[in-house]
Amino acid sequence: MEILDSGLLQRALLEVVVVGATCGALGVWLLHLHHTYAAESLAHAMLPGLVVAALVGAPLLLGATGGVLAAAALIALAARDTRVGAEVAVGVTVTTAFGLGALLALAPDVPARLGELLFGDLLGTNTTDLLVAGGLAGLVALALVAGHRPLSAAVFDPLAAPSLGVRPGRVELALLALLALAIVAAVQALGNLLVLALIVAPASAGIRLGRSVGGQIALAAGVGALSGLLGLVASAELDVAAGASVALAAIALYVLATLVRPPGPRATGPRRSLVETLSG
Amino acid sequence: MNASAVTADAGAARVEVAGLAAAYGSGDVAVRDVTFTAAGGEAVAVLGPNGGGKTTLFRALLGELPATTGSARAHGTIAYVPQTERSRLDFPVSALDVALMGAYARTPWYRRIAGADRTLARAALQRVGLAERAGTRFGALSGGQRQRALIARALVQDAGIVLLDEPFAGVDRSSEEAVMSILDELRAEGRVLLIATHDIEQARRWDQVLCLSTTQVAYGPPAQTLTTTVLESTYGAEIVVIDGGERAIAVQHHSHSHSS
Repeated sequence: MEILDSGLLQRALLEVVVVGATCGALGVWLLHLHHTYAAESLAHAMLPGLVVAALVGAPLLLGATGGVLAAAALIALAARDTRVGAEVAVGVTVTTAFGLGALLALAPDVPARLGELLFGDLLGTNTTDLLVAGGLAGLVALALVAGHRPLSAAVFDPLAAPSLGVRPGRVELALLALLALAIVAAVQALGNLLVLALIVAPASAGIRLGRSVGGQIALAAGVGALSGLLGLVASAELDVAAGASVALAAIALYVLATLVRPPGPRATGPRRSLVETLSG
Repeated sequence: MNASAVTADAGAARVEVAGLAAAYGSGDVAVRDVTFTAAGGEAVAVLGPNGGGKTTLFRALLGELPATTGSARAHGTIAYVPQTERSRLDFPVSALDVALMGAYARTPWYRRIAGADRTLARAALQRVGLAERAGTRFGALSGGQRQRALIARALVQDAGIVLLDEPFAGVDRSSEEAVMSILDELRAEGRVLLIATHDIEQARRWDQVLCLSTTQVAYGPPAQTLTTTVLESTYGAEIVVIDGGERAIAVQHHSHSHSS
C-alpha cells in the first residue's frame, strides 16, 4: 500500500496505533469505574494550556501537561463548592476553561491553530512526538499491568477493598493520573476533543466482547489500534481529516461490537463521581 | 490439598469496642456509645433498623472511619463480606477470581498470586460448595452462591474476624441453610463473626445480639436481650409484637440509605 511509503504517514500510523491501543486499554478501567465524565472533563478543560503553549511557541507537550494539571486542580477546587452541587460546579468549571481556551485561540493576532488543538494534527507527527507518545504509552501500560489487582478490587468491591489491602480512593486517583498521561500522549494526534473517542469507544467494544477483564483490555487495545489504522487509511484514501476519521472508525467498530453482542447486565453497585475521587 | 486445609488463623481473634462514636464527613453522628467485646468462637448478631449504625460500626472496625470518641479494635485479620446485592454483577470475574482476591493483601504488586494461594482458593470454594462453579462468572451465580463465593474469599484471607452485611438478603431458602452451616463451622473454628441483620428471628440464632439504633440499646445473649422493651427502643414504632409477646417483627421501611 502506498500509504506506507511516506515517512509522514508511517509516523502518523505508528503514533495512532500506539495511542489507540493505550487509550483503549486504559478506557476499560475508566468505564468500569464510571469515569467517562472525568475523561471528558479533563480532556476538555486542558484547552487553555494547549492554547497558551501555541501562543508562546512552547512545545505542545508542555502545554498539555500544564493544561491537564490546571484542569485537575480546578475541578478538585470546584468540587468543594457545596452550594450548587459538585457535578454542576465541575460542569461550569470545564465549560469556563474551554471557553477561555477558545477565546485566547480566536484572538486576532494569534496563529490560527485552534482546529489543530481541538482535532489534532496526526499527519504533523514528528519523531520527537512519536518517542514521547511511545514513552508515555509504555508508562501507562506498565502501570496497568502492575495495578491490575488493586483496580479489580476497587471496581468489584470498593467496600471490602481496604480489608484486601487496597485503597479504592488512591487507586482511582492513580487511574486519573494515568488518564492525564494518556491524554497528554494522545492530544498531538487527536486533539482534546477527539481523544475522548479513543478512550471510550474501543473500551466499550472490548467490554462488550470480552469474557474476562484481561480479555476486555486486550480486545479494547486491539480495537483502539485497529481504529487508528483504519481511520488513517480511510483519511489517506478519501482525503478527509485524519483525526476525525480515526474517531469515526473507533465509533464504527463499537457499533459493530454491539451488533455482535447486544447489551449485557447493567452496571450495578456503588459508584464514586470524579468529584468524590478528586476530593479524596 | 483437601478442604480442611482452610482453617482459622487464631483462637486469639477478638473484637473490642469501647465507648465508640463515629461520624461521617457531614458531621452527623452515625453511631455512639457502643461498648461490647466478642471473643473467638462467638457469633454476634448486629440488629437494628436501616440507618441504625450497623455498617458504620463495621467501617469503624475495618479502620475506614475513625472513631470520634472511644475505640473499635479488631485483634486478628479482618474480612468484610458485603451484601451480594451491592456487588458488581457486570464485572467479568469468576468465582475463583473472587476467592483469589483474598490473597491480594499478601501478594506484592510485582508477583503473580502464589501457587499455594491458588490451591487455597480452590479449597475454599470446595468448602463452600462451589468447586464446580469455580469458572462461573460472579454475576451469573445465584444470590446464595455469590454469598458463598464472598465467604470463600474471607477464608482465603484467613480472617479471624468476619464481618457479614445482611448475609441472608437476596438468598433463597436452600442456599440460606448452606450459608448458615458454613457460618456455624467458621464459628466452631474459633473465628469471631459479626452478622448485621434487621431480621429479629435471624438474630435469635446467634450467641450474642447487639441492638443498635444510632446508640447501643442492648448487648447480650438473645434470650435475655430480645425483649419487647429492647426491640421497641431499637425499632421505635416500627415494631409489631405477635403471638402474645413471643415473637416480634420489625416493619422495615426500605430507604436506600448507604449508611444503614
